[in-house]
Amino acid sequence: MIPLDHVVADSRETTLLQPPSHHDPAALSVNDLSHRIGDRTILDGVSLQVPVGRFAVLLGLNGAGKTTLFSLITRLYTAQQGSIRIFESDLQRESSVALSMLGVVFQQRALDPDLSARQNLWYHAALHGMPWGQARRRIAEELARVGLAEKADRKIRAFSGGEARRVELARALLHDPRLLLCDEATVGLDIKSRGEIIVDVRGLVTARAMSVLWATHLIDEVQPDDLTIILHRGRILRIGVAADIVRELGAVDINDAFRQLTEGAQT
Amino acid sequence: MSRGLPASAWFRCFCGIVWREGLRFIHQRSRFISALVRPLIWLFVFAAGFRAVLGVSIVPPYETYILYDEYIVPGLIAMIQLFNGMQSSLSMVYDREVGSMRVLLTSPLPRWFLLLSKLVAGTLLSLPQVYVFLLIARLYGIDVPALGHLVVLPALFLSGLMLGALGLLLSSLIRQLENFAGVMNFVIFPMFFASSALYPLWKIEEASPLLRDVCAFNPFTYAVELIRFMLYCKVDFFSGLMVLGFTTCFLSAAIMAYDPSKGLIARMRAGIGA
Repeated sequence: MIPLDHVVADSRETTLLQPPSHHDPAALSVNDLSHRIGDRTILDGVSLQVPVGRFAVLLGLNGAGKTTLFSLITRLYTAQQGSIRIFESDLQRESSVALSMLGVVFQQRALDPDLSARQNLWYHAALHGMPWGQARRRIAEELARVGLAEKADRKIRAFSGGEARRVELARALLHDPRLLLCDEATVGLDIKSRGEIIVDVRGLVTARAMSVLWATHLIDEVQPDDLTIILHRGRILRIGVAADIVRELGAVDINDAFRQLTEGAQT
Repeated sequence: MSRGLPASAWFRCFCGIVWREGLRFIHQRSRFISALVRPLIWLFVFAAGFRAVLGVSIVPPYETYILYDEYIVPGLIAMIQLFNGMQSSLSMVYDREVGSMRVLLTSPLPRWFLLLSKLVAGTLLSLPQVYVFLLIARLYGIDVPALGHLVVLPALFLSGLMLGALGLLLSSLIRQLENFAGVMNFVIFPMFFASSALYPLWKIEEASPLLRDVCAFNPFTYAVELIRFMLYCKVDFFSGLMVLGFTTCFLSAAIMAYDPSKGLIARMRAGIGA
């Protein structure tokens, strides 16, 4: 088993050796981000990059700091230390530009249950200042894409969990973001709905060259060629392609690699 | 902060927020009915009972001796706006619980603009409630100058903003919908009763100078007086300035409370896992 200190130092070195390049900007660049709530350190010196057109998995147990990291990237919280750049736009100084390039599927459901799917999407389009005509067209396109065109005028309250998630995905993509954040987007869904959401989001990377940061605690959602960021107790333990992490650690699979890293971190 | 977003995008965002608030208001028909029933009960039952024993002598803006039910009308209008403002705070807490607040706050437009739009939307919703109440009051026999219905509009808007901003501020302090009952007990009732809504300040002073001072410190008193004067086509500049000042204070505090580096963290601590 590789000692924790070595692993952490190794992962930090890896990320620090890859500063944002002006020629090939990262979709998301997080540098030395720390965050405390009261006495608890939720994130401790987190640095990571999501390259353009890449599906990146943020893997961590419950309480690892994934949602806090997402709250900082979406500016629900303000970073106490460190910086966040979205396609080279600093979130603190150019929040408007940065947020306009961001689509988010929150862990907690964020649809108004008393409004229809179309109305929820209209609201989102308005919040992004989209022209009416463009909004109308994009809402129709996205609802059709997620297979909910016929249920567009049904209230969210009447939707299944999987359908509501698809509406949330449609909403996140409505303003054509370049970076999509999905925070535990499949939690609480049945196997079929879960599979559909993952396939859909992975398809966006290929079809639209979209960059995706997919936070999950479900290890079976990681594919061997995914850029995998392992977050544990607010610290990045390892960043790399999943298959490479497995090989470097001499693990059987990513599950075994994750166990080795997190158990090492606990000792 | 909003480099790259044209004025039209701001306008569409504002329209979207007003549209959603309007839609939710239409869906909640009971909210409209209860907003009307409450002041009407005060007018038909409470004021009718006191009509015979309580008249108000000639004090500005009144030019003649008036009956109690006429005196109480501006206070009841402000009551509609007070409840509407608190309803907005309830709506913000609800939005937080269903997650809509995150959608609002991750808009690329500045947070102060989003909150102000929400506030204006809530204020606009209070106006039809007030005018329907005035119409019923007129049918009941309360004679307000016709022009007063128009002149009072800026006062209604300003007092609506003040009470809405107070609601917005309170919404940052309320963690759950269940806690809203506390707002009723500790905000709405004290504000309404300790004001000039039910009795003129000089009459309160006769009973208790201390209570009169409390009423004079109450922002709701100035909203009532501003509405009262403008309903009779007169201007009470002092009340107007007080309402403007309180609006600025409440709104600034609410925007600060919703600032991600200040208020939101504390508020979401319990709501978001790590």
